[in-house]
Amino acid sequence: MNIHEYQGKELLRRYGVAVLEGHVAWNAEEAEAAARKLPGPVYVVKSQIHAGGRGAGRFANDPNGKGGVRLAKSPEEAKAAAAAMIGQVLVTKQTGPEGKLVSRVYVEAGCDIKRELYLSLLLDRETSRIVIMASTEGGMEIEEVAEHQPEKILKVHVDPATGISGWHGRKLAFALGLEGKQVAHFTKFVEQMYRAYVELDCAIVEINPLVVTGAGEIVALDAKVSFDDNALYRHKDIEALRDDSEMDPKELDATNHELNYVALDGEIGCMVNGAGLAMATMDIIKLYGSSPANFLDVGGTADAARVTEAFRIITSDANVKAILVNIFGGIAKCDMIATGIVQASKNLNLQVPLVVRLEGTNVELGKKILAESGLTIIAADNLADAAQKAVAAVKGA
Amino acid sequence: MAILVDKNTKVMTQGFTGAQGTFHASQGIAYGSHYVGGVTPGKGGTTHPTLNLPVFNTVAECRAATGADASVIYVPAAFAADSIMEAIDAGVPLIICITEGIPVLDMVKVKRALQGSSSILVGPNCPGVITPDACKIGIMPGHIHRRGSVGIVSRSGTLTYEAVAQTTAAGLGQSSCVGIGGDPVKGMDFIDVLDLFLQDDETKSIIMIGEIGGQSEILAAEYLARENFGPGKPNKPVVGFIAGATAPPGRRMGHAGAVISGGKDTAEAKMEAMRAAGIHVADTPASLGSTMVKALGG
Repeated sequence: MNIHEYQGKELLRRYGVAVLEGHVAWNAEEAEAAARKLPGPVYVVKSQIHAGGRGAGRFANDPNGKGGVRLAKSPEEAKAAAAAMIGQVLVTKQTGPEGKLVSRVYVEAGCDIKRELYLSLLLDRETSRIVIMASTEGGMEIEEVAEHQPEKILKVHVDPATGISGWHGRKLAFALGLEGKQVAHFTKFVEQMYRAYVELDCAIVEINPLVVTGAGEIVALDAKVSFDDNALYRHKDIEALRDDSEMDPKELDATNHELNYVALDGEIGCMVNGAGLAMATMDIIKLYGSSPANFLDVGGTADAARVTEAFRIITSDANVKAILVNIFGGIAKCDMIATGIVQASKNLNLQVPLVVRLEGTNVELGKKILAESGLTIIAADNLADAAQKAVAAVKGA
Repeated sequence: MAILVDKNTKVMTQGFTGAQGTFHASQGIAYGSHYVGGVTPGKGGTTHPTLNLPVFNTVAECRAATGADASVIYVPAAFAADSIMEAIDAGVPLIICITEGIPVLDMVKVKRALQGSSSILVGPNCPGVITPDACKIGIMPGHIHRRGSVGIVSRSGTLTYEAVAQTTAAGLGQSSCVGIGGDPVKGMDFIDVLDLFLQDDETKSIIMIGEIGGQSEILAAEYLARENFGPGKPNKPVVGFIAGATAPPGRRMGHAGAVISGGKDTAEAKMEAMRAAGIHVADTPASLGSTMVKALGG
């Protein structure tokens, strides 16, 4: 789960991580008032969306204008900047061409920047440990640094049995060329970040840029914080920060029904049990010349109600021209799925061609239920046959 | 001889009296596996109401009383890591965790606890392990399996079933099938299972099924190029498949570990590494069986 920059900074502040003073504003007047609470003379007004590249991004209504992060020299200028951003769609490298609606801005104090660095914490799958990554190339996308100057990315891994220690920060600090009291400030910063990461069950905490101020302080100028969805049950306060407006409406709908759904831009809607089989079903649709409209893992405990919800969400996508159901029953029982399909088709008055492949537990019973339902269902013998029939149905339509 | 489990394996269940533990233990027993009892804290000293097997408060007690050498875990995600660590402490040689949704930082601790221990972990978020006609531990449908020569290792449950059904239909059957699970931090990885398959006489060929995210399929392909293929090596035919060629980058596709996050963790990169290593890559999961028949010269 992702959250906004201002929310991430608020959480990090609780762990002592140095961030600048700032206030969130939902309209231009609030932005002006927020600026008046800050010392000045410079203010930064930042669009709050769940995507990076905001500074270089441009607004859809003003493609030649200024970006999504603007400098203001007075509270009045902060008000004007907020008025130009709030309610507009910001398009950045990470949002895709459709952009994201800016509903709020963060008004932050200016900062005397001497150096821009990069710092992040994330899980390293290969070592099964938290890795702390740092780079002198602050402000650049880390993926680009990794590709073109991999030697500029520094890493230390943390042993979960010992936890964070002073040397982790020192090793990075000296490699980054920090000196004097900057080293101690950086080391403390890293320790606080690690504590926040572990205690909040983060997935990624990325500070880009991390700045060294003229006074030698280490400050987080930006903060991208995301969380492990599996751990949200023990962080109700963080779960409450979920911004539904940032999600695809169909995905939000699916999440609220505990269905694993990812919206895609193709024309064959898919309902599958198991994540691997669901991905493979998408792949085989592509192989036979069409494209999947979604990923959907209906899970092992699918019953009629769940299948109905899944069908409703799949068909709420206007691009869907056919539905492919692919079930290999293990825990999921084919007869239960078949009953669900029959009920859902009738309840939703399904209009698009429906291709069904059933295999595994209680398959004969499932096939019998479908055959006796009176519904027009295209039955398939195996995954390849199912995909070919679904593609043919779409091409024929 | 198969790998990890056989007809002598004594299986205990953690989360024994819960709905999942009860149902899948009953299925395992019906399959002919040797289930000996289980753990539900607070219900120690009782007998399982439907399975007529002893219930214990702790793994150590259960192991001491029953001689269990494998434990399968159906405990809810919030408590599953704790259950794995209890099994490690009790010295259970084989721990199989079916539970999905364990917080990843809990698994980071578990992974550390496994170091230097006498336990092997399979999973979490996996279907389990089966040696056909001998021992079924997990949630896979037993009836699709036939004892035979193909070793199957996979990150996906339902794709394993595809491979099983097709190798059964082709008359090859399976030596053992291991679901290593869909999480980013887990117990056995491809290489660990492949190593056992290469040493196992009954396993004549191998199917490995991976997906997007992480590097383990690439490391496994390099491992096979080094340890399986070449003069004096086992040269067991290997068929591979990677799911997620059409998955958009940055999106988590159901499994916690199935996300393209930059670098060589795409389906394309993994299939390329497999081909380079000498693995026969199936176009679709519908052709796993036929690709294996071809690889065997059939």
